[in-house]
Amino acid sequence: MGGIVSMFKTKTILAAVALVAAFATPAFAQEHGGPQIEKQSWSFGGLFGTYDQNQLQRGFQVFREVCSNCHGARLIAFRTLAEEGGPHFSEGQVKALAAEYNVADATAEGGTRKGVAADRWPSPFATDQDARDANGGALPPDFSVLAKARGVTDAFPWWITNYFTGYSEGGPDYIHALMNGYHEEVPENAPHNADGTPFALPEGKYYNDYFPGHAISMPPPLSDGQVTYVPGEDGVTVPETTNQYSEDVSAFMMWMAEPGLVSRKETGFKVLLFLVLFAGLMYATKRKIWQGIEH
Amino acid sequence: MGAPMSEHSTYTPGTGIEKWLDERLPIIRFSKEHLMDFPTPKNLNYWWTFGAILAIMLVVQIVTGVILAMHYTPNVAMAFDSVEHIKRDVNGGRIIQAVHSVGASMFFAAVYVHIFRGMYFGSYKAPREILWILGVLIFVLMMATAFMGYVLPWGQMSFWAATVITNIFGAIPVLGNPILELLRGGFSVGNPTLNRFFSLHYLLPFVIAAVVVLHIWALHVPGNNNPIGVDVKSSRDTVPFHPYYTMKDLYGVVLFAIPFAWFVFFAPDILGHPDNYVMANSQVTPAHIVPEWYFLPFYAILRAIDFNILFINSQLGGVIFFGGSIVILFFLPWLDTSKVRSGTFRPMFKWFYWLFVINFLALAYLGAAPAEGVYVILAKICTAYYFAHFIIVLPVLSRIEKPRPLPASISESVLGKAHA
Repeated sequence: MGGIVSMFKTKTILAAVALVAAFATPAFAQEHGGPQIEKQSWSFGGLFGTYDQNQLQRGFQVFREVCSNCHGARLIAFRTLAEEGGPHFSEGQVKALAAEYNVADATAEGGTRKGVAADRWPSPFATDQDARDANGGALPPDFSVLAKARGVTDAFPWWITNYFTGYSEGGPDYIHALMNGYHEEVPENAPHNADGTPFALPEGKYYNDYFPGHAISMPPPLSDGQVTYVPGEDGVTVPETTNQYSEDVSAFMMWMAEPGLVSRKETGFKVLLFLVLFAGLMYATKRKIWQGIEH
Repeated sequence: MGAPMSEHSTYTPGTGIEKWLDERLPIIRFSKEHLMDFPTPKNLNYWWTFGAILAIMLVVQIVTGVILAMHYTPNVAMAFDSVEHIKRDVNGGRIIQAVHSVGASMFFAAVYVHIFRGMYFGSYKAPREILWILGVLIFVLMMATAFMGYVLPWGQMSFWAATVITNIFGAIPVLGNPILELLRGGFSVGNPTLNRFFSLHYLLPFVIAAVVVLHIWALHVPGNNNPIGVDVKSSRDTVPFHPYYTMKDLYGVVLFAIPFAWFVFFAPDILGHPDNYVMANSQVTPAHIVPEWYFLPFYAILRAIDFNILFINSQLGGVIFFGGSIVILFFLPWLDTSKVRSGTFRPMFKWFYWLFVINFLALAYLGAAPAEGVYVILAKICTAYYFAHFIIVLPVLSRIEKPRPLPASISESVLGKAHA
């Protein structure tokens, strides 16, 4: 008895737990109504994924030079840019960077002062209404957790595999697709309106394959050659293309939303390794104790 | 019966202090009787370890929850950011928060296994009706606790779940509006709602703990049911709880911790919804308002009633079916009157049991599907079958089914299995 039977039951339990978790899903979480979003190969994806420091630094540059003109990141403290596992700038660089910004401080003379490393990223607009006024009525969302506030929807039953691969990169995949999903004119394959008339793009909107409803207020933010990357010390250069920029800034946004990803996974490996070994010992002990008892 | 509940204790106080304590508060005697000597059927399978897993999960949720409450701010302007503050700035905060939110899902996964185990092996039948009823009560309390906990991060799904679910109570005739306003602390979901949900979310787990004590008490009077559902006949059928089941249960707990840790460390947000990373906004309704996965079957039942039934409007009808789908569980011991407990010896019941499981999973799927087209019809069929299982299938089966012969005792069954 014992061994084989118990192991089989154990497997049944594990399978059942996985099944319960698998069936349990917001399957229709988001509908983009556009082409299927292509999943990218992210350095931080999968079990062993970690952030690519160089990519995060480039992504930060794109964010700073382009995105941050309209988008805030109110939860991101300058100091975190120096943290290991992230862009990992030097403390000197971060201090100098913070000092380039003025931050609101009611206790300071005149209500503002130079930023320090402990300050949060200053928002480009004082109020939401100011932001709307400057952007044709649309509110540019804050970037702090945006990469986790967006996702990719897989059709049934394919999302079940996500629970086993730990797929958590739906946000960056969506953002990357969005950045590359602009059309100068409404494409011929655009979905028709409910009444059958051709898709009509409202005034001041742009057509995007991946944006829900396709009419997005944000003009195409990135263009080839827009941001100048500094070549690496070894002379290696990275293409200055929209695709590259969007990959880099998506990675940086994922870091902003989940700055502790690397240390979390590192701890996870230790925990899982411990649990598997511990479970083995527990099983051996359990068998030993139950030896001689018919059950 | 009789055998499981040891009348005379084997405990003899070893030291003077133990003797002194035993005459005043026999807590060591009690622990020895109930945590160590307690005679437990020796044929329990791994499905029975989920009781211990659930007890551990309650402790995990309370411990992580108490720590989270030290850093959380229950105010509509600050709640969202304070959860991010926990994840970013509090030492170990990302893990503690992930254990708590993933823990809620794992807690429900375990409780569903526990409930469906009880349903298959007839653990609700005499003399365990009170045990079953207390279990259903715990399930209801868990749902209330989880729902209010989900509101606390104050994301879009938090806010809209709170709006949709409190609205349910508004459908109750006459008392609906006063109840609705009492729940929300106003005319709409806002800061008073968040505050009372936080307060109750902290209170209810301790109420659950109290009912769990009653649940275990009610378990220890008749003793455990077992996979063949035949009563314990003699001490040869049982083993002491310790070390046999303490060890087996702990092994189960460690195994359960593996998928738990997998989610916590490698995909902490995968069981949630991206929209909850958008701060609550009463002016923007999400495209699809979806509850957490563990509510989906019941949410599907709520939405399935989109038609008026005589003088009952669809909204109230939905509430009645939603409430009824849970209330009916309380009556299960009297709906299934078959004398045979274990599904193993009920050839017809077995099929209908698995059909019920599939139907329940289908309801979960439909709860997440948009309420349109074929999904609406399927949800109605599945809802009807959910109730039919209890009201028609089980009572009829009890009458017409011819169960297979039962083993004379647990020992006989175990020996038969070993020699087979």
